[in-house]
Amino acid sequence: MAFTATLESSGHAAKITLTGELDANSAPIFREEIEKAALTKPKHLVLMLKELDYMASAGLRVLIFAKQKMGVDVDIYVVGAQEMILDTLEKTGFIQGVIAVDDYDSIEVESA
Amino acid sequence: MERIDIHPTHKHGDFKLRVGRPMPFGASLVPGGVNFSVFSSYATSCTLVLFKRHAKEPMAEIPFPDEFRIGNVFTMTVFEIDYENIEYGYRMDGPFNPDAGHRFDKNKILLDPYAKIIGGRDVWGVTPDWNDIYQHRSRISFDDFDWENDRPLGIPPEDQVIYEMHVRSFTRHPSSGVKHPGTFAGIREKISYFKELGVNAIELMPIYEFDEFEHSRPSPITGELLVNYWGYSTVGFFAPKAGYAATGKLGMQVDEVKALVKELHKNGLEVILDVVFNHTAEGDQRGPTISFRGLDNKTYYMLTPEGYYFNFSGCGNTLNCNNPIVRNIVLDCLRYWASEYHIDGFRFDLAAILGRDALGYPLSNPPLLETLAFDPILAKCKLIAEAWDAGGLYQVGSFPAYGRWAEWNGKYRDNIRKFLKGDATVGDAAQCFQGSPNLYAHQGRGPATSINFITAHDGFTLADLVSYNDKHNEANGENNNDGGNDNDSWNCGAEGWTDDSGINALRSRQMRNAIAMLMVSQGVPMLLMGDEVGRSQNGNNNTYCHDNELNWLNWDLLKTNASLFRFVKNSIAFRNAHPVLRNKYHFQNRDYVGSGYADITWHGTQAWNADWSPSSRTIAFMLCGKHAKAGSVEDNYIYVAINMHWEAHWFEIPGLPEQLRWHVSVNTGCTSPDDIWEPGTEAKLENQHGILLGDRSIVILVGK
Repeated sequence: MAFTATLESSGHAAKITLTGELDANSAPIFREEIEKAALTKPKHLVLMLKELDYMASAGLRVLIFAKQKMGVDVDIYVVGAQEMILDTLEKTGFIQGVIAVDDYDSIEVESA
Repeated sequence: MERIDIHPTHKHGDFKLRVGRPMPFGASLVPGGVNFSVFSSYATSCTLVLFKRHAKEPMAEIPFPDEFRIGNVFTMTVFEIDYENIEYGYRMDGPFNPDAGHRFDKNKILLDPYAKIIGGRDVWGVTPDWNDIYQHRSRISFDDFDWENDRPLGIPPEDQVIYEMHVRSFTRHPSSGVKHPGTFAGIREKISYFKELGVNAIELMPIYEFDEFEHSRPSPITGELLVNYWGYSTVGFFAPKAGYAATGKLGMQVDEVKALVKELHKNGLEVILDVVFNHTAEGDQRGPTISFRGLDNKTYYMLTPEGYYFNFSGCGNTLNCNNPIVRNIVLDCLRYWASEYHIDGFRFDLAAILGRDALGYPLSNPPLLETLAFDPILAKCKLIAEAWDAGGLYQVGSFPAYGRWAEWNGKYRDNIRKFLKGDATVGDAAQCFQGSPNLYAHQGRGPATSINFITAHDGFTLADLVSYNDKHNEANGENNNDGGNDNDSWNCGAEGWTDDSGINALRSRQMRNAIAMLMVSQGVPMLLMGDEVGRSQNGNNNTYCHDNELNWLNWDLLKTNASLFRFVKNSIAFRNAHPVLRNKYHFQNRDYVGSGYADITWHGTQAWNADWSPSSRTIAFMLCGKHAKAGSVEDNYIYVAINMHWEAHWFEIPGLPEQLRWHVSVNTGCTSPDDIWEPGTEAKLENQHGILLGDRSIVILVGK
C-alpha cells in the first residue's frame, strides 16, 4: 500500500495521518509534513497511525526528528498505532517520549 | 550552500559513484548516498559487495577504481542506494602467503570492521544457513537518537557498587516475568530491581556482536546444544549484539541499547561494558575468515615468524593491539561507544595483552594503554583492566596505569577467599580491607584502583564457593579439564547439595561473611549477578557454553532466599550510607583531623592489640568517621570484627568518644532478621565493652 501523510491543523493541534508503509523511501514525505506542522507552532502534534501498516527504522528516525523539531513543550500523541508498531516503539524506548492513546477523542478530553 | 563535490563522477551499471572520503572509516551517510571507506596495507584491489537485505546472492559488486584509493584506503561514495535495506561487504584481493603473514582470498566476502550494525544472527539461537556465502553482514546505522539531556553520570569510582551481569541471563528465565526476556529491553523492565538492591553501576558481559554458534556442538551428556554463550569472542567491535535485542530482527538494536542506557542513567545507574579486544572470533588458521584475516591479516594479528597465530588469549589468535592501525581501531571503537552510546566505562578482558608488542613481549610503556588513558573523549570513562592474560602475564598491582586504569583485583579475590575458608591469612586480608595499599599506594594509585570482587563470571558463584571444594564442569563436554582449579573454595562439609541443616546454616553464614567483607573494604565492590539470591551453577566454574538454567537468573530465588537478599541489600545500603567506607585516598594510620583517633586502627580479641601472628584468624578494625573522605565529611565510627576461626571468640571493643555509643549493624552469627539492620535502625549494644563472635562470624558496629 502506498504511503501517504496528510497534515491538518486546527487550533493548538497539528494532526498528521499516516497510511501505508513508512520506510526509507517514504520517510522524507513524512518528514516534510513534520516540518510544515512545526511552522504552525502547535501545542500538540497528533500522529494518527491506525492505517500505518509497517514502520522501518527510517520511520523511527522521523519520529525522533519530530520530537526534536517540535521541542520539549509540544506533546506528541501517537494515536491508534497497530500492535507491531506500538511494540517497536516500546522496545526501542521511544514510547517514553510520546503519549500513546487508542483514539483521538481521548486527547480532546485531556486537553479540555 | 550546497557542496560541489556531492555529484557522481563515475558509473558502474546503474550505480552512480564518486571517489569517497577516507575518514571516517566504515559506511557513513552523506548527502545523496553512502560513503564507504576501508583500509588494507597489503591488498592489491578491493570490491564493494552489495546485497539486498537477507538476499543469498549479491545485487552488485563494484570494484574500487584505482583512483578511489587514497594511501592504503579504498573509499567510494555510492549514490541513491536504499541504505536501509542493503547489506555490504568487501572482497579483498592480494597475496595468499601465510609464511609472510598474508591470507587474502577474494572468494570471501568480508565484514566491515567498522560496521555499526551486523546482520546474520538477528535473532538469538536461530540456526544460521551454513551455506550462506556471507554470514556476518555489515549494515548501515543511523546515529540519531533522542538523548534529551542525558550524559554519563560521573559517579566517583570509590562510590560505585558494580553489578556484573549477562544480558541474556538476567531475564531469560521464565520467572523474570518480563515482556521481552533475554534482551536489552528486558533489562529496562527490571531497573527497579537494581535500585532496590542499591547498586549504581551495571557491568555488561560482552555485548559486541558475537556468534553464539561459534564452536557450537551437542553436549555429550545431555545432547543439548552447547554454544558460545558468554560472547567473549568478538565478530564486530562497533555493533551491539543483535540477538540480545528484542528489535534485532528489525535492525533497531542500536536504538534499543541507547534507550536502555538512557533509562539506566535516569535512574542513577552507570553502564560499564566488558570489552574484548584481545582476540577475535576468527580463531587460528583453522578458523573462519570473517573480516580482519581477509582484510589485512599481517596488520591485525600477532603472528609467529612462521606466520601462525600467537595465542595469548587462549582463543586461537591475538589482536596486534600495539600496531598503530589496530590502536586506532580500538580507540575509534571506544570513542564511538562513549560518545554515541553514552557508556560510562569499560572493563577490558585479558587486558595484559593490550600491553604486549607485535611479538608478544610486554612493553614498559604500551602505546595503546597510554593513548586510552589520555584520550580526551574517554577522559571521564572508567577504564578497568583484567590485568592478566592466558599467556602468563599477570599484572595485578603493576598494570601500566597512567593514573587512570583500575584493575580487577584478582589478589583481593584470592586472599579473601582463603581468609573466608579459614586460612590464617590475616595480614593479606587486612590489606584487602584497606583497598590493597600494598599493591597500589606506592604508585600513588588510590583505593578505587582496586575493583574488589570475590566472585565473577569466571569461576564459582558465591553459593557454589561455599558448597564445592572442586569444580564440576562435566556438562561442558571437556572432561572437566576446563575452568580454573585454584578456586580457594570450601564446601562446608559436603560436596554440593545437602539436606544437612548445620552445613546449610554454615554456608548461609559464609555467604553473608563474604558479602560483609566485600562491602566494608575500601575500593570498588563488584557483585556477581545472582549472588544476592544464592544463585548456583551446580559447581560448574566455567559456564561459558550453556544457554540454560545454569546461567539464567531464576527470579524465584528472590522468595526462596529472601533473607540473603535482604542481607545483601542492607549491606550495600550500609556502604552507601557511610562515606568512611568509600575513601578516595589510602589511610594514613594517624589522626590528621584532631579527633583523637587515627583514621584506621587495628584490634583483635583485645582492643588495640591485633593478632598478626601466622596462626591468627581473628582481626578487627575501627574507622574514625571524622576522617571520612579525608576529613571532608563527617561520618559515624565503624568497628568491624571478623572471626574466621572455627571457634567462638570474645572481642573486646575499643572505646568511643564520650556521648557516642556502639550500635549493632551486622552480626552474621545471628539468623535473619537479626543478622543485619537497616542503616539508621541499629540497636544499641548492651555491653559497650565487648561482644561474643560466634565461630566464622562477623560483627559490624556503628558508633553514633
